[in-house]
Amino acid sequence: MSDLSAVARSVEVPLRKALPVLKERGQREVFCGLTGIVWLHRKMQDAFFLVVGSRTCAHLMQSAAGVMIFAEPRFGTAILTDRDLAGLADAGDELDRICVTLLERRPDITTLFLVGSCPSEVIKLDLDKAAERLNTRLLPKVRVLSYSGSGIESTFTQGEDNALKAMIPLLPHSEEKQLLVVGCVADIVEDQFRRCFDQLGIGPVSFFPARRAADLPSVGPNTVLLLAQPFNGETVRALIARGATALSAPYPLGADATTAWLAAAAAQWNVDAALFDTVTRPLVERANKGLAKYRTQLVGKKLFLMPDSQLEIPLARFLHNEMGMELIEVGTPYLDRQMVAAELALLPESTLISEGQHVEKQLDRVRAAKPDITVCGLGLANPLEAEGFTTKWSIELVFTPIQGYDQAADLAEIFARPLDRRARLKL
Amino acid sequence: MQLTLWTYEGPPHVGAMRIAAAMRGVHLVLHAPQGDTYADLLFTMIERNDRRPPVTYTTFQARDLGGDTANLVKAAISDAYERFSPQALLVGESCTAELIQDQPGALARGMGIPVPVVPLELPSYSKKENWGAAETLYQLTRALLADRIPAPGTPRPARRAERPSANILGPTKLGFRCRDDVVEITRLLGQLGIDVNAVIPLGASPEDIKRIPDADFNIDLYPEISRVTSSWLQRTFGIPHTTVIPMGVRATREFVAEVAKLAGVDASAVLAREHPGEASLDSSQSRLPWYSRSVDSTYLTGKRVFIFADATHAVAAARIARDEMGFTVVGLGTYSREFARDVREAAASHGLTALITDDYLEVEKAIAEAAPELVLGTQMERHISKRLGIACAVISTPIHVQDAPARYSPVYGFEGANVIFDTWVHPLVMGLEEHLLQMFREDFEFHDNAVASHLPNMAKVANVAAAAPSAAASVEAMVAPAENAVVAAALPPAQAITAAVSANESITTTAPAPTNTVSTPVWTPDGERELQKIPFFVRGKARRNTERFAKEQGVAAITVETLYDAKAHFGR
Ligand code: SF4
Repeated sequence: MSDLSAVARSVEVPLRKALPVLKERGQREVFCGLTGIVWLHRKMQDAFFLVVGSRTCAHLMQSAAGVMIFAEPRFGTAILTDRDLAGLADAGDELDRICVTLLERRPDITTLFLVGSCPSEVIKLDLDKAAERLNTRLLPKVRVLSYSGSGIESTFTQGEDNALKAMIPLLPHSEEKQLLVVGCVADIVEDQFRRCFDQLGIGPVSFFPARRAADLPSVGPNTVLLLAQPFNGETVRALIARGATALSAPYPLGADATTAWLAAAAAQWNVDAALFDTVTRPLVERANKGLAKYRTQLVGKKLFLMPDSQLEIPLARFLHNEMGMELIEVGTPYLDRQMVAAELALLPESTLISEGQHVEKQLDRVRAAKPDITVCGLGLANPLEAEGFTTKWSIELVFTPIQGYDQAADLAEIFARPLDRRARLKL
Repeated sequence: MQLTLWTYEGPPHVGAMRIAAAMRGVHLVLHAPQGDTYADLLFTMIERNDRRPPVTYTTFQARDLGGDTANLVKAAISDAYERFSPQALLVGESCTAELIQDQPGALARGMGIPVPVVPLELPSYSKKENWGAAETLYQLTRALLADRIPAPGTPRPARRAERPSANILGPTKLGFRCRDDVVEITRLLGQLGIDVNAVIPLGASPEDIKRIPDADFNIDLYPEISRVTSSWLQRTFGIPHTTVIPMGVRATREFVAEVAKLAGVDASAVLAREHPGEASLDSSQSRLPWYSRSVDSTYLTGKRVFIFADATHAVAAARIARDEMGFTVVGLGTYSREFARDVREAAASHGLTALITDDYLEVEKAIAEAAPELVLGTQMERHISKRLGIACAVISTPIHVQDAPARYSPVYGFEGANVIFDTWVHPLVMGLEEHLLQMFREDFEFHDNAVASHLPNMAKVANVAAAAPSAAASVEAMVAPAENAVVAAALPPAQAITAAVSANESITTTAPAPTNTVSTPVWTPDGERELQKIPFFVRGKARRNTERFAKEQGVAAITVETLYDAKAHFGR
């Protein structure tokens, strides 16, 4: 019992008093919240995401989703035209028409998300109301929900937060003691964690979001939240408002952090320390074996994280604490202290965290600091490489399974590969 | 509202970016929210540009609205001017800023920036990317030439230079093979003794634009981008421009003649190396005429090809397909509505009705119905074809990373024709291979899933794509050719040498027609047995044709007789 609660307690350190945060305003080189659709629609296979926006939004989606592998993807854009803006067409009627045609083509869809964009928000198109109206027509076969993915309201991964938050009113109430893992993780990660929780005797366990949008977890005063992603602050707060309790733990990136993460749940279920050790020790050993190889490649290397996915703080913690990298600057689109309290506690005192962005000034700092590796968005990676910097584009981090013991080495490899490549090429 | 899954063109401000990114000494300030910065990756990832597009985004947020967005614009403009010291500044806005009406162009003009400031109006809710590029090039050219515009009726000044010169108008970033086409056309002009005065906008500075009137004529190389500007230059400065697109051997010869006339030079030396109608390797500077006439290519005869692209490349490709490859064009269309008339005319000459749409699903449906053996299209059609199991070559924007090759690969000019021959034939089974297949078709090692020896296993591509387990695959694919994801053909090498069949046909035999739900006549066991005796690489077509014939004739059960009746009916 004793050392387990120590593990759990060690991450419940209160907020750091002094942590240098550089707040910047200027050009932000970050995707908008629409981008979340790219992984959300892969996770929830019975959901369709309809962006109500402009040609720009549609173009962003297809650029972020990459090559169009899915001939008919489970997302699309209702593009506003001059007629809609001039009020020649009733936006409500138009939207209804599009949704109905869409759903006729896709009988497998049970949940339709109407996703707001900058244009729909600026013209004050009420998508909540539209969803309500459509529900009276489409329920129980299809449920329509709405949320905002707009770039004036949300960055990149905040889209997931908004989508999940929109689902919360639908979650059934439950008094049962249960664990709810919050944040989208790949199916393979979900399965690994499930096995772990089973072996530890922790349960029942649900994941939010589940593989089907229609499979909604329940929530109530005895629901314990374990957070898998750092960007779902609004969702977590809404779940807390429904009575749930959130555990404080670092995010499960890396072996040590995964142990701490599991320990936070184990403590709630009074898992015997010996059992915890029996279950996790072989996993930790395997993870460490995988990590060892990359540690030698990464140790002492200077790391600069530009703000993008909101995963920057947990990543910095992992790469510093477990891989021995030196942190130059840790950028984050916005700092949600509540969500990263346990992470901040584990960072070295002197870490420079920057919030927001002025991309030009930040690039100047990259040039001055000459990091060994810079984590940045896709638009910046090649130009920085051309200037002689080694980069890792951060979007890969939200599309690749990186959480848990068995992905720890994969996560390290993501950063080691560009260095390895640079070392190999004699060009 | 218009439901869109994939779009052929981005919004008009992306067109403006294509102009700015192509140039030196130009900077674009875009009033736009943060998400719109995604457009940078089109340039840096798809085309592997080694610098960021010269664009500053204001990235305004909701909390700025109703407050000081105008000041944000001004700050962005003065910052951009100070940091990048451009020789000309473009100022535009994206869809969202258009709605809040800050008039960034007017704001910029009032700021006393000491270089030309060109405000752009890019109506996001009615126009698209190519329009935006054309408009930007036009506005920039107009602004920079404002003080050189002659009074109406002024005759063109007599030529001073000894050698005639031309401007090449239209090549941009993120276009189709622009980099190499410019080299090829420059080389061709060199053969004719014509200098290139300026290439606009690719690699040009504002100073180069100011030199446009020094040339004798303009080459309107990419009309979607350059026609508005070249027409204006003709109207205002009296500078004539070309009309022929030098794509394909015949069109290139015509282009040479047109250019020679405009330049007042003698093209006979160049054209003397062109021997239309003659069958030999040295009948042309291009190897296409001989390759196409060589016996191996007999097998290309009448291949059914479906073409969908921007107007310029679609029309040129259709002509090449018919006149230089001996294909049959079974579908022709474009997403370039501004040039729909040209495509309609071309389609009519092929006995077709043009498909003018930007709806990807409509194109997919038309392709499925036309059941071509080869699709010449864009990145979109590559995916449609993959899904339908049809061979495909990309001939136009929108492109993906594999369409910006490292090697020299123009599609214009004589070398371009060679490139076209290779790229169009590559996805098809080669003649000699098809011949071997015929000979060996009774061999048990041949089966419907064998593919051409030089191709990856297409059936696997389709499976990999359909079963892509996570979004990771889609991102990987964004920066790596989708083909990389393909497991190499699983045939043992000895077998692979002779086991070759057109992937398209092997798959069309099994692929269900996705959009056709009309009831299909039933095959009798006899009929089905007879069908199996037909070589598998044409079996799909035989099955389709027979079913179509049966349906037309109202035959419910397909017998051996129906099969041969259909064969007689459709016989090539
Ligand atoms: S930033 Fe706004 S306008 Fe741009 S793509 Fe995102 S939602 Fe659409």
